[in-house]
Amino acid sequence: MHKVQNNRAWWLILPMLLLVAFSAIIPLMTVVNYSVQDVFDANTRYFTGTEWFREMLNDPDLHAAVLRQFAFSLTVLAIEVPLGIGIALLMPKKGWQASAVLILVTMPLLIPWNVVGSIWQIFTRGDIGLMGWSLRELGYEYNITASPVDAWLTIVLMDVWHWTPLIALLCYSGLRSIPDAYYQAARIDRASRWAVFRFIQLPKLTNVLVIGILLRFMHSFMIYAEPFVLTGGGPGSSTTFLSQSLTTMAIGQQDLGPSAAFSLIYFLIILLVSWVFYTAIMNMQKDNKKQGEA
Amino acid sequence: MTDSIPATPEAVRKSAAAADARRRRKARPASRQWRRRGLMAAYIVFVLLPIYWLLNMSFQSNTEILGGLTLWPETFTLEHYAKIFTEPNWYMGYVNSITYVLMNMAITIVVALPAAYAFSRYHFIGDKHLFFWLLTNLMAPPAVFLLPYFQLYYTVGLFDTHIAVALAHCLFNIPLAVWILEGFMSGVPKEIDETAFIDGYSFPKFFVKIFIPMISSGIGVTLFFLFMFSWVELLLASTLTATNAQPIASVMTQTKGASGIDWGTLAAAGALTILPGIVVVYFVRHHIAKGFALGRT
Amino acid sequence: MEWMVWTTPTTIFFSVIAAMLAGMTAWEVASPSIERKGFLPIATTRGDRLFIGLLSAAYIHLMVVGFTPLSLWLALGISVLWALILMRWG
Repeated sequence: MHKVQNNRAWWLILPMLLLVAFSAIIPLMTVVNYSVQDVFDANTRYFTGTEWFREMLNDPDLHAAVLRQFAFSLTVLAIEVPLGIGIALLMPKKGWQASAVLILVTMPLLIPWNVVGSIWQIFTRGDIGLMGWSLRELGYEYNITASPVDAWLTIVLMDVWHWTPLIALLCYSGLRSIPDAYYQAARIDRASRWAVFRFIQLPKLTNVLVIGILLRFMHSFMIYAEPFVLTGGGPGSSTTFLSQSLTTMAIGQQDLGPSAAFSLIYFLIILLVSWVFYTAIMNMQKDNKKQGEA
Repeated sequence: MTDSIPATPEAVRKSAAAADARRRRKARPASRQWRRRGLMAAYIVFVLLPIYWLLNMSFQSNTEILGGLTLWPETFTLEHYAKIFTEPNWYMGYVNSITYVLMNMAITIVVALPAAYAFSRYHFIGDKHLFFWLLTNLMAPPAVFLLPYFQLYYTVGLFDTHIAVALAHCLFNIPLAVWILEGFMSGVPKEIDETAFIDGYSFPKFFVKIFIPMISSGIGVTLFFLFMFSWVELLLASTLTATNAQPIASVMTQTKGASGIDWGTLAAAGALTILPGIVVVYFVRHHIAKGFALGRT
Repeated sequence: MEWMVWTTPTTIFFSVIAAMLAGMTAWEVASPSIERKGFLPIATTRGDRLFIGLLSAAYIHLMVVGFTPLSLWLALGISVLWALILMRWG
């Protein structure tokens, strides 16, 4: 669509801007202020300069948490994206089955995050949980409170359960926007199933997939409530991800300065990654438009 | 020598026919249909199994839960649900959650509609950067803002009120709403605006009378997403409240008593948090697919 | 405002950022920027280059503070220089 240059559009933006600024800019400024001081209360505080940043950047626990976070985010993306595409291809397109499957698939997304943790806690316990009990009956000593491997696998499984629907629904909507004529043409050409996927469906999916990957990456990066309820970050700190380290430091230990410095580093990582994704999405849309015009 | 590349026209024709037959045999639509259904059913079972287990627990007494594993409630009981519906701090948890979610939806949609219209129709100074800044808020981990939020709302005297949580959730819900609505609005041809203005409509009148009805399905889907993200978020909600506006999520932590966890009540409370989501998704089921692509397919 | 625990350096920091945004807006009103391609792999406007400059400045500062004993002023110098290069040729 051709847009008109009009700076009065700012008036339409203004209410939204004020509200988001209230929730975003004031707290962000405060975090910056905290990060350069040792704050006991508003009147008792000492200027520390860059000390907290130096400390945080060299903190081995945090390095480990960052690495764990990336490992986790990449693992769940690697599982959820192909699985989500597969589910989307399998979902029925018409009739009451389509609605029913849609509602069932969406369900995990609508459950509060700590309840997701509780559901999986109940499901995986060795004594009262179906999954934990079954695995033990099959002879596997399954124990998420003692074995880091079990805890890690369970959290990945939980995340797959929780968030694959998002990718699946995004892809489903992408697939539905393909006109039937394309499939008919493919049938006349006797294109194989794989060729239909590769040359008709996948190109249509790239747009929604980038959005999906962006949202998934960001959400997995701030995962907090689910592992907190399920494993509490343990055993040891094997499932302590970034948000949890941060919350423990800020709320649990009341270390305002270090946790603020940590917040800012965390925020800068997010900012860089989301900028790269955003630029990629925008350039892709521009290319699509160019192709459309050509 | 049947595997080698065919050289004579006769051989080419023959191998083409063979390939065709192979493909036709492979197609066998009926069996493939069943395989598809089977795989889909397997996934649905995977989705439903943990939820089934939650329901199963919620209908069992605590002695049965701890007594041994039973695949369905042998002595069916509603005691946990009865407890939730009779004890005020339990059912008020749900009321509080729904109150701030509805407040947030109202605030968000009112400010997001004009903003999304501006983004979809006009170029203005800083539009691209503003849009990106909005999206970064969608991605900002709530944990980063936890402490300043607490301080901020405490200072302005809103701590432990519903409106505090509703405002805090605007942080990620407004950007999301603007993003989705902008996608839907861009699908409405600009000629409609122009015709309305020529016909003498003022901007507010055009917006309310013509434009909003045109994107009503988009608004419905947006409201669904606002509900979803406000309903599932708990870190901010439980940090900004103490007793008066306590969301159900923090009430649920009370099930951890001195004598261990009250599994039955925890399961029943969890099961009840799933219900509102199912009700809401039922209303938007026809538009939800488009909504997930942010109106952009 | 007391609870926001302002300090002089952070006040200066945010004032500079605000001044930059105001300056960029004024510049944009006076002469609108045209998207162009420099040494960066994507076509950028003035605002984009400023953003890239600021983001890389943040990372430069973090690297210097975290992993070297060098002075913060050096990091600031490098950042400003890099931002100028970006604005001119990026």
